[in-house]
Amino acid sequence: MMGRNSKTPEIESNRLSPEAYADNFSDLHPMLSAHQASIEAARCYYCYDAPCIKACPTGIDIPSFIQKISTGNRRGSAHKILEENIFGAMCARVCPTEVLCEQACVRTLGENKPVAIGALQRFATDPVLDDGSRLFERGPESGKHVAIVGAGPAGLSCAHRLAMLGHRATVFEAEDKQGGLNEYGIAAYKVVDDIAQREIDYILDIGGIDIRFRQAIASAEALSELGKKYDAVFIGLGLGGAKALGLEGEDLDGVMNAVDYIKDLRQAKDLAALPVGRRIVVIGGGMTAVDIASQTRRLGAEEVTIVYRRGPQEMGASAVERDLAQTGGVRIRYWAKPVRLIASKAHVVAVEFERTRGGRNGSIEGTGEKYEIDADMVFRAIGQQFSAASLDGSSDLIALRGGRIKVDGERRTSVAGIWAGGDCVDGGQDLTVVAVEDGKIAAHSIDRYLHREDESADNGDQVMDGQR
Amino acid sequence: MMADLSCEFAGIRSPNPFWLASAPPTDKAYTVVRAFEAGWGGAVWKTLGEDPPIVNVNGPRYGAMLGRDRELIGFNNIELISDRPLEVNLEEITAVKKDWPDRPIVVSVMVPCEESAWQRILPKIEAAGADGVELNLGCPHGMSERDMGAAIGQVPEYVEMVTRFAKAHTRLPVIVKLTPNITNILYPAEAARRGGADAVSLINTISSLIGVDLDSMSPIPAIDGKASHGGYCGPAVKPIALTMVADIARSSETAGLPISGMGGITTWRDAAEFMTLGAGNVQVCTAAMVYGFKIVEDMIDGLQNWMDEKGYTSIDQFVGAAVPNVIDWKDLNLNYVEKAVIDQDLCIKCGRCYIACEDAAHQAISVRGDGEPIYEVVDEECVGCNLCANVCPVEHCITMVPLRDGTDPRTGDPISGEYMNWSMHPKNPFREV
Ligand SMILES: Cc1cc2nc3c(=O)[nH]c(=O)nc-3n(C[C@H](O)[C@H](O)[C@H](O)COP(=O)(O)OP(=O)(O)OC[C@H]3O[C@@H](n4cnc5c(N)ncnc54)[C@H](O)[C@@H]3O)c2cc1C
Ligand SMILES: Cc1cc2nc3c(=O)[nH]c(=O)nc-3n(C[C@H](O)[C@H](O)[C@H](O)COP(=O)(O)O)c2cc1C
Ligand code: SF4
Repeated sequence: MMGRNSKTPEIESNRLSPEAYADNFSDLHPMLSAHQASIEAARCYYCYDAPCIKACPTGIDIPSFIQKISTGNRRGSAHKILEENIFGAMCARVCPTEVLCEQACVRTLGENKPVAIGALQRFATDPVLDDGSRLFERGPESGKHVAIVGAGPAGLSCAHRLAMLGHRATVFEAEDKQGGLNEYGIAAYKVVDDIAQREIDYILDIGGIDIRFRQAIASAEALSELGKKYDAVFIGLGLGGAKALGLEGEDLDGVMNAVDYIKDLRQAKDLAALPVGRRIVVIGGGMTAVDIASQTRRLGAEEVTIVYRRGPQEMGASAVERDLAQTGGVRIRYWAKPVRLIASKAHVVAVEFERTRGGRNGSIEGTGEKYEIDADMVFRAIGQQFSAASLDGSSDLIALRGGRIKVDGERRTSVAGIWAGGDCVDGGQDLTVVAVEDGKIAAHSIDRYLHREDESADNGDQVMDGQR
Repeated sequence: MMADLSCEFAGIRSPNPFWLASAPPTDKAYTVVRAFEAGWGGAVWKTLGEDPPIVNVNGPRYGAMLGRDRELIGFNNIELISDRPLEVNLEEITAVKKDWPDRPIVVSVMVPCEESAWQRILPKIEAAGADGVELNLGCPHGMSERDMGAAIGQVPEYVEMVTRFAKAHTRLPVIVKLTPNITNILYPAEAARRGGADAVSLINTISSLIGVDLDSMSPIPAIDGKASHGGYCGPAVKPIALTMVADIARSSETAGLPISGMGGITTWRDAAEFMTLGAGNVQVCTAAMVYGFKIVEDMIDGLQNWMDEKGYTSIDQFVGAAVPNVIDWKDLNLNYVEKAVIDQDLCIKCGRCYIACEDAAHQAISVRGDGEPIYEVVDEECVGCNLCANVCPVEHCITMVPLRDGTDPRTGDPISGEYMNWSMHPKNPFREV
């Protein structure tokens, strides 16, 4: 014990050769060749009432887009995808298809090998981003102007659909880059070649969308100001703070939020310059946990361990994500929770865990049995929470549920004229594709609302004692 | 600006050139309405005959030729014409037309070879609100045993006569549907024109037995252990249909006669090919039966995207565009030389090109390398036949590349930019000097 406590943590940059960095962070699933795509597309049965369509949160007509690949109508194929999901290129890379469309594929039932829908989606959409061909036009100018908070997938999906419907959108973004977690969160090897920015440039090309950077809407006043100035408001500001472990010593050096490190990694010009520990402990069981583990391992960490307090079934990260981490050399230990951070000179050097087991009503309980894992770096990845603080008191204004913004089926908040979607709303699944769908649904609801507003303005008398 | 797909065929306007062929998909109002909702440009109603309606078999009427992944390639049927009362069909046609005024309904007819029969039925069809009639002179099974369908279509004199009957008793455009079960499609096509046809449509199905059940020793589809030949259609018949369409389009006797092309059309690309060979519009049956009406969506949008890409703004700009390039064999340029080239980056080393060329072509592919084989074309032996490219599983891996100058390593002859066909060839003993 003593010996270890006096040890200096081993956190270094330049752990690998330049080739190894390039290789470790190259495209996880490179684009299909034309040959691969044609064989794969031919496997689609073009099912009636296809289950994959229902399994896609944005409802892309998958059999149609695949058939269009087969017939050589690649532009039509991209159109089919993007008309339902304008972030189709990103989703082709980041969607956990194994639990979405591909799980539903009838070939999964028939031969346990679904059509590679995600890969085909990328095959269809990438060329459109590359050649910039515009598939959607702005609708006739409505004269309406909508404010959007957050330039993540939810906000920009909403903005694009509003543009198609003829409304203007001004997006207020806290950071100095667009894209939200597409830009700052998704694992680097899923989104090579600056795809997040290229895709958004393509989306914005429709026109009528204006992004104001470094403009956080962080107070109730600021929000109600927007409400007054604009015809409608959409909130898509994602999740703010990472959840704390609730242990003593969380401010020790070497203990950090996975999302913060990932953000640095995504923005790093030179991955070799990024310091990483020799031994990493990740606490959590979702996509973020798996991603930080895989990525630190790829940066050259030697021992990376994810510790999750429940079993594989309950883990938020899909089996495919887990396999990816494990084949990359990450160890996953189930049924244990951290109880103590062990430090040396204000720097973490190990974590003590207590074994857990499932209790009644899905709760978990400690067994009393403990073990330690050495760590130069400890990452918190037990989820992020909606920080009502990011609206700074405005939660009084907007009702929350389950700690996030409460919305109805149309993504309307409790306040008339304000919509919300993406990670910041209750019931969200913390998936890019869900955020995109939320933005789309909200845009249509806003559109209906703006038209109704016009109608009531036309017969002004009735509005006086109307509902709103 | 999206390309305009609207089309006028034999005086009949439709929003797009994709019509459903006369067959089960156009059997009743229910399906035709579904088709129009899906976007089909028009429909040729399932063939009507005189009452009492015919009686179909009550067992399997179809058989299929499947590829290895059970994809349907060819389709065989022994179905007859409409088995519903004439009156019911006519009432439904009127009702559908009322709701869908912009979608043409052409009514297919088949009655005996007597003028009175045509005189009786055609006015009723006209009164029902049809936009045209199509004479079914093509069904090769069942009806032909009753001296109708192909029994008429195979005799040019009858084709001409029946076309005249029809023209005499209706003001509607008359489309004569031809049977491919004939040696030369021009005979019935010319006969139709002589009879006054406003257009021809082709092909109807090809006489076929789709297979034999080796246990019961009955061909299929078997009705109580016996089978009768049927009509063949689907992707497999497309080449046969294409050549017949092209023949009519390029013959001076039939030049300008509108052609409604069909036979195996499954994609926008198939349709475009028919149209470049002279079809003013197209009809589809099997693809709709296999995949449902929704496939028309890609036909429409695929054709439009292709037109946009090529700069065509309306379909008349490419209808017939390939016709001048269909010529007789004797006019092919024998000075033109191509060699196969294998793209080593795309090659997956299956060796199919090698064995095909070795066993059945010109022993012009070499194999070398220890371990992983490298297949290469030997230009000294390659006659440019294209067999290797056709058997290669990878698209664009083997391409045919024209030689533009130098000498042909196989013959030692210089590559001449000059045109020389067989009639001019030095080796032709009957050369025209
Ligand atoms: C590490 C990690 C990996 C992930 N991997 C995947 C994956 O592989 N596949 C997948 O489908 N999903 C993944 N997700 C989830 C996915 O990224 C999110 O569900 C999605 O980005 C949510 O979109 P959003 O628009 O709601 O929020 P965000 O993407 O978070 O965007 C919110 C935007 O609002 C801005 N903002 C915040 N507060 C304010 C304010 N007060 N004023 C103005 N602007 C503000 C932010 O800067 C940001 O640009 C991952 C998430 C994480 C954290
Ligand atoms: C089941 C079936 C029934 C058909 N019935 C008719 C018919 O009643 N009248 C007719 O003119 N053609 C009939 N046909 C032929 C089609 O209209 C069409 O000419 C032929 O199938 C070729 O087109 P395809 O390859 O797209 O199927 C029928 C075809 C099938 C498969
Ligand atoms: S398709 Fe099948 S279920 Fe429908 S009528 Fe024919 S045999 Fe019966």
